[in-house]
Parts: sequence; structure tokens; C-alpha cells
Amino acid sequence: MTDTLTHLDRLEAESIHIMREVMADAAKPVMLYSVGKDSAVMLHLARKAFYPSPPPFPLLHVDTTWKFKAMYELRDRMATESGMDLIVYQNPEAKERGINPFDHGPLHTDMWKTEGLKQALDLHGFDVAFGGARRDEEKSRAKERIFSFRTSTHGWDPKKQRPELWNLYNARKAKGESIRVFPISNWTELDIWQYIARENIPIVPLYFAAPRPTVERDGLLLMVDDDRFPLLPGETPVERSVRFRTLGCYPLTGAVESEAKTLSEVIQEMLLTTTSERQGRIIDKDGGDASMEKKKQEGYF
Amino acid sequence: MSNTPDTPVYVTDALIAEDIDAYLAGHEKKSLLRFITCGSVDDGKSTLIGRLLYDSKMIFEDQLAALEADSKRVGTQGQEIDFALLVDGLAAEREQGITIDVAYRFFTTEKRKFIVADTPGHEQYTRNMVTGASTADLAVILIDARKGVLTQTRRHSFLAHLLGIRHIVLAVNKMDLVGYDKAVFDRITLAYRAFASEIGITNFTAIPISGFKGDNITALSDNTPWFKGPALIEHLENVEIGSAADEAKPFRMPVQWVNRPNLDFRGFSGQLATGKVRSGDAVRILPSGKTTTVSRIVTLDGDLEEAVAGQSVTLTLADEVDCSRGDVIATADNPPEAADQFEATLVWMADEAMIPGRAYWLKLATQTVSATVQAPKYEINVNTLDHLAAKTLELNGIGVTQLSTDKPIVFEPYADNHALGGFILIDKLTNATVAAGMLHFSLRRAQNVHWQATDIDRDMRADLKNQRPALLWFTGLSGSGKSTIANLVEKKLHRMNRHSFLLDGDNVRHGLNRDLGFTEADRIENIRRVGEVAKLMTDAGLIVITAFISPFRAERDMVRGMLPEGEFVEVFIDTPLAEAEKRDVKGLYKKARAGQLKNFTGIDSPYEAPETPEIRIDTTAMTPEEAADMIIDRLLG
Repeated sequence: MTDTLTHLDRLEAESIHIMREVMADAAKPVMLYSVGKDSAVMLHLARKAFYPSPPPFPLLHVDTTWKFKAMYELRDRMATESGMDLIVYQNPEAKERGINPFDHGPLHTDMWKTEGLKQALDLHGFDVAFGGARRDEEKSRAKERIFSFRTSTHGWDPKKQRPELWNLYNARKAKGESIRVFPISNWTELDIWQYIARENIPIVPLYFAAPRPTVERDGLLLMVDDDRFPLLPGETPVERSVRFRTLGCYPLTGAVESEAKTLSEVIQEMLLTTTSERQGRIIDKDGGDASMEKKKQEGYF
Repeated sequence: MSNTPDTPVYVTDALIAEDIDAYLAGHEKKSLLRFITCGSVDDGKSTLIGRLLYDSKMIFEDQLAALEADSKRVGTQGQEIDFALLVDGLAAEREQGITIDVAYRFFTTEKRKFIVADTPGHEQYTRNMVTGASTADLAVILIDARKGVLTQTRRHSFLAHLLGIRHIVLAVNKMDLVGYDKAVFDRITLAYRAFASEIGITNFTAIPISGFKGDNITALSDNTPWFKGPALIEHLENVEIGSAADEAKPFRMPVQWVNRPNLDFRGFSGQLATGKVRSGDAVRILPSGKTTTVSRIVTLDGDLEEAVAGQSVTLTLADEVDCSRGDVIATADNPPEAADQFEATLVWMADEAMIPGRAYWLKLATQTVSATVQAPKYEINVNTLDHLAAKTLELNGIGVTQLSTDKPIVFEPYADNHALGGFILIDKLTNATVAAGMLHFSLRRAQNVHWQATDIDRDMRADLKNQRPALLWFTGLSGSGKSTIANLVEKKLHRMNRHSFLLDGDNVRHGLNRDLGFTEADRIENIRRVGEVAKLMTDAGLIVITAFISPFRAERDMVRGMLPEGEFVEVFIDTPLAEAEKRDVKGLYKKARAGQLKNFTGIDSPYEAPETPEIRIDTTAMTPEEAADMIIDRLLG
């Protein structure tokens, strides 16, 4: 039995199809760009979908000012290379109040990310936003539609989502409503890595192991990425060979000790590892079990 | 864990550790199979999927720790691991202990990658199963060995077959609870075979399993020495994927997007539905029928020599032919047909029942058109498969019906081509996806019903009358003043030597619409016919005036869509309900309030006010005379 197309070919074709379908009904689409590996794959797929045209929408980075330095570098480089406009949005209220992950706990994510995203979408009047969520990430994500409808206040109602049959997406909406579209819904973490390898997609170097200054706190290995990191009494940054499985705000993202310096080694480590991808993130754990679902209802991506 | 399964045979840990590049090279070549699992509430679906994820090492230690803790807290398996907890996602259903939506799961074996749609077994959720089945190559029908073939089993099998799933697996689950008894398995298989052949399933694979204990999942179990295989995974790894069959069919590519980065490049982007295409191939653009040849198959990675079913590409054509989103590019010598009347099977998916005669959006491939659906020829009872008489379809109802579209669409029967035969219906007001459908055949060939070209056209007729035709569509509550103002408008037009015609609701019901009653469907058909008559009259050059309550936006928009741009003039006679009720010229509100009149607009039936009418008349602020003058000003000015 031979199949002409591999699973990666099929996933790629499906994602491209989804992105092109959005263009039929969207008035003002935007691609959320978080600079992580999933975003990198999404951006690459968008370039493929519309080639030789540049993707007909801008990139939006909802910034918290607390991302890793290396992320900001790659972000600016990729915007230039893709020929797409890059919109960087920072919630002015969070900025003014100096909201930060050290002093404000869950409020940090809520204000910079959840509120920031809503504000940015409203400010620019974007009616469709591409996001890089995958169904394999987390339980409530497994039931998310590819076209996910949000009320005019960005709420998500699991009971009001439309059935999605075949590859027919219904992107019609009333004024004020918006859609989050997840073109890589059906990709797994392994697919993402393998596609990055196959297509030679640039990613943030933090995904590869290197000696980095770290401290151990609350069971997480945190990287001291800049001098805003307040060291507790007795804490001294230690040089460890670490890498990151997911990237977010550096004070909230746990590193893993690793020697994996190449893509193959990273994939190998992932396949042999015994903890799930999001475990390095603090965000999922607030509010117990149904935390992500709750966040989604409030408008978090 | 007391129930750790035998070491799974297909996880190649060793290779990952020893030679990751070799592993990845192998993994990259894997194909993709999509399947669904269907079963009743307690058949153990979630447990089976949890087991597949667990056995293929898709569950990590932290998840396993959480699972163990959860199993003890809320699990239904005592101290043992409750795999169902792995896949029951949303908080509400965890509390209820049931799965209420479609969830997609992923796992990999040595040979293939899999996407599993976990679809619920509840009667009220036919919708979800149809959704999951629409993209599946294979269906696993779960049966509880203690219960045998149930009503739900028949329903799931019927739906899987209806959606054209080619591979059916009958998984007789919970064999551990019947002592791995061969007789039980044989009896269930036999009963299922009898039923399956009744609905047209000629081929299925029966496997005795225990999702809980892991028997015959990854490897043949010692507990069922009488079963010669295949084990479930082995079967899933080896069935033929639908794409191979799709590639063998004639080439069709629905155009999604026209790619125009600059004046020198014009490409047509889409995903091949079936067949293959090479540069130099002769193709035909449907529905126009124009022929040309493919110049290039453009991708970011360079031009391709050939593209196959499933690939997303951009084609450039040798000639400057008209081609846009919704068109289908097909092989020139064997193109699909276009038609505007069809027989189809519909699965109703909305809480609000189907309204025969109402216009819905129909989306098929990349085509979106307006379509009206007739009352079902019959509804299918999914439990007994009996054909029942029906006037409509309710949520989860399945029926065979005729539908007509406002312009021809390119199609193929669903049985031949899922991409050109499967469609959804969308409510024009709420934008909800209300139905899924599968086309059987066209009732007549649209291309054979030509418009008869006449030498005198509508512009010439209008010119002779020295006027621009229009349809003044009055809408408003009963007693709002529609008829009064409409009558005044016609009198004034007449004095100005304008040729007009006032279509009165009651008069029409004495003749043309004598056969219609006052049900919702009949009221819609009433409006449709009035719209068609008004259209003919505007073709004749007349200024047509109608005065109907016409409470639903969808119907008013339907009539608007029948006329050339700009000719439909919506006149909203805006009288507040309290005011109309106070006037109550015909005493109807009184009767409605007393319950003597049912479905009275404004009382127990809604009135959907126009959002952006061309003309709005506030009758509390002007007299009928003033209103009529204003309308004429706007019309002629």
C-alpha cells in the first residue's frame, strides 16, 4: 500500500485550504503571532497558501514586555522577511500600572494577554484572527472547532459552536462578532517539529540547549533573561545547559535541563520525555482542572 | 497499576533512542487515517480511545499522575485507571460523566498516524456523529458484548453508511465481562451482519476486544485464542485510505481564491478534490464551460509537474478565461455538470426546525448560493429505517427532499464525489449551520433550460413608459398603515402618468395563492410567489407596490435578491405595536389578545424590523399624505 501524500503533506494542504477559505468571507483578518514554534509554522503555511502574493493580512503580536529577548529579535526578523505588516500591541493600562509576573500573579496574564488581545482586536476592527492552538495541547482544546465563534465581547460559548462537516467552513457572522481560526488544529507537537525540520523554518534559538543563567524556583527552572528578574535572598543564577519546550513570558516559562542542540535531538528528547508540553507553563494550573476552558470563555485565546 | 497491558508491539522506543534520524525518516513517510468511534453511552468509547492513546505512549507522566488521582476521585473503575477521564474534556461533561461533543484525538503507530473523532452516542446528538463521520475513512462501531446489537448500533451504522464511510469495524467490547466467550461474539456478529446487509453495508470487520483490559487492541490476546485476527491496530494500519480512490477519479479543483500579486500573474488557488493534474493538461472551467490548458502548477517550493487529490496548489492557465471563486476547474473531456434542482438527503442540525420554502445559504465546495428546500418527501426513522411522512425536519431529523438553488451549481452525486456532493445549509439571519446534505442527483439539467431570449427587453419596455421600474415593498405590523399609504402612493403616481400596479395581499389570496394557508411554510410561499409576480411586472416596466406584513427578514431579502440591484425599495411603515394595537382598525389585535387568533404578528409571532430600509416612515410623526409624498420624492427624485 503506497499513499502519494504523507501525513505532513495532508496536514499542510488542509491548513492552506483553511487559510484561503478565510479570505472568502473575512473583512479584516489578522494572524496572531506569538513567536513560538507553532506561530513559526503558521507563518510559513500562510506564505505557502498565498504565494506568490504575500499573505493578505498583518501579523499581530500581543506583547507583554516580558518575553525573552531572543523572541523579540526573531519576531522583527520574520516580519521583514515575510513582507507582512507587524502590529505590536501592549495593553496601555497594564503598562501604566506596571503589571508584571513577579508581583501580580494571574493578573499579569489576564491584563497583558487576555485583555490586551481583546483591546487590539477591537482597536483595529479585526473580524477574523488566526491562532496557532492545537487540539492535542489540552483536553478542552480537543473539542474546539477550527472556526471558533466569539461574541461581540469575545466570549466563547461551547454550546453555540457550529458543526464543521467535510472541509466546509461557515464563516458568516453578524456585525461585532468575530472568529478565531485555528489552521493547525490537527497538528501534534511531533508534526510541528518534524515540519520545522522538513521545511527548514527559522525558530527562536531558545528551543535548543545552550548554557543559560537560571534559578530554580517553585519547582521550575527559570531563566534570568534580563535584570528585571528580582532574585530572592540566597538565589544566585547558575549556568545550566537548558532549553525550552514552549515559550512565553520568561518569568513564567520553565526550562528543562537538556543537551539537545539540534532539531533531531530536540525531537528525540521530546519523544523520550515523560512530561507533557504545557507542563512548563504556570498558566494552566490556576483554577484547577478546567482552567483553560474557563480562560477561553473569558476570551483568552 | 494492575492492568498494565502487554508491552505494546508497535512503539519503537529503541529506534528513537538509538537512531533518531532513521526513526524520523520512517515517521515522515507515514500516511494519515481518520476514523470515528461510535457507541452508546456505556459502550466504553472513551475508554477505548484512552487505551489507544495510552498504548501508543501519547500520555505523559504528568498526565498519568493526574489520571491516577482523578481515577480515584471521580473514576468509575474503583482503584483502577479510568481511561475515559483522559478524553472527557469539557468540565460540564466530566460532571455528568458523558461526552457531549465531537473531540479529536491523535496517535501514531509504526505505520500510520491517526486522527480519531470521538463522537457521542446519545440520540439527541446525531448531529455530532454526522460531523465526525464526514471526514472519516473508517468507523469503529462499538458494541457492549453483554448487550449485543442495540437500536443505537443500528443508528450509528446507518449514519456511517449514509456519510459514505467505506470501512466499518464492529468492535465487540467488554469481552472480559462475558468470559471471552466465542459464542457471544459469534452471535453478535451474525445479528449485525443481518442488519448491515439491510442498509447496504456489504463488508465489515468484527473484532472482539476489551478496551479496559487491552485485549486484541495492539496484539492478539491470549484470552481469545479462537480469534485469528486482525487486532484493532493492525487493521487500522492496513486498510486502504480513501485518498487512493480519490486520485483515480477525474480531476476537479474548486477555486478558492484568485491570486493576483501583480498584473503579470493570475493564478487560481484551490485544493484538488479528486484526480490529478499536470501542466499542459486540457481543462474546462465550470459552470461557464470554457476550455484552456494548465500552464503551471505554482507553489512556494517551485513549480510542480503534477498535483494529486488532496494537495493545495495554485494553477495558472494558458488563456485569459473568466474564472473566480466558486468555479470548478476540471478535466476538459469529463467535466461535472451544473444544475439548480436536486434531490438530496438532509440531516437537520439546528434547534429551529426546517422551514420549507425559506431561502437558506447553501455552501458546496467553494460555491455559496441561495437555496430553498421543499418539505421532505419522507423522513427516515434512524432506528427502524422506516420512511415516514413529514412536513419538516426537526433537530437530528434525516430526510430526503428536493431543493432548488437560485443559480446553477457545479456538482456531482455525493456517492461519487464527497467534495462536490456534500453541502451545508446556513440560516440567513442567525448565520448558524442548520443542516448538512448529500446530493443524490439533479432533477433536470439546468443547462438544458435556457432563458428564451426575447427581442424586446425590459429596458425597452420601461423606456416606452418613460419610467424606471421599481418594486415598492411595504412592510410593517398589521394596522400600521401600509395599505392606506400604498393606496395613496398609487393614486399620486397615476396622476403623474406613471404605470403602476398595487399587489394586494387579500386579492392575491383569492386567485394565484388560493391554495395556500397560514402556516409558516405557506406564508413564505405566499411571499415567494408575490415576489415572482412582482418581478415579472417590473420586467414589463411597471412600478409595483406591495403591502404585506412580511414579518421575516429572510423572505424580504429573498425577494430583494430576485430583482436587479436597486429596484427593490423596502418601505418600512414604522408604527409602534402599542400604537397599531390602539388603532386596531379591523379588531384583529383584540381577537389575538383573546387567544382567538393564533400566530398573530406582534402578539405571539415575531416581527423582524428592517435594519436598513430604503425608506422609513414614522407614522407617529407624519400624516399618510405626507408619507406618500415623501415616498414618491424618494422614488422619482
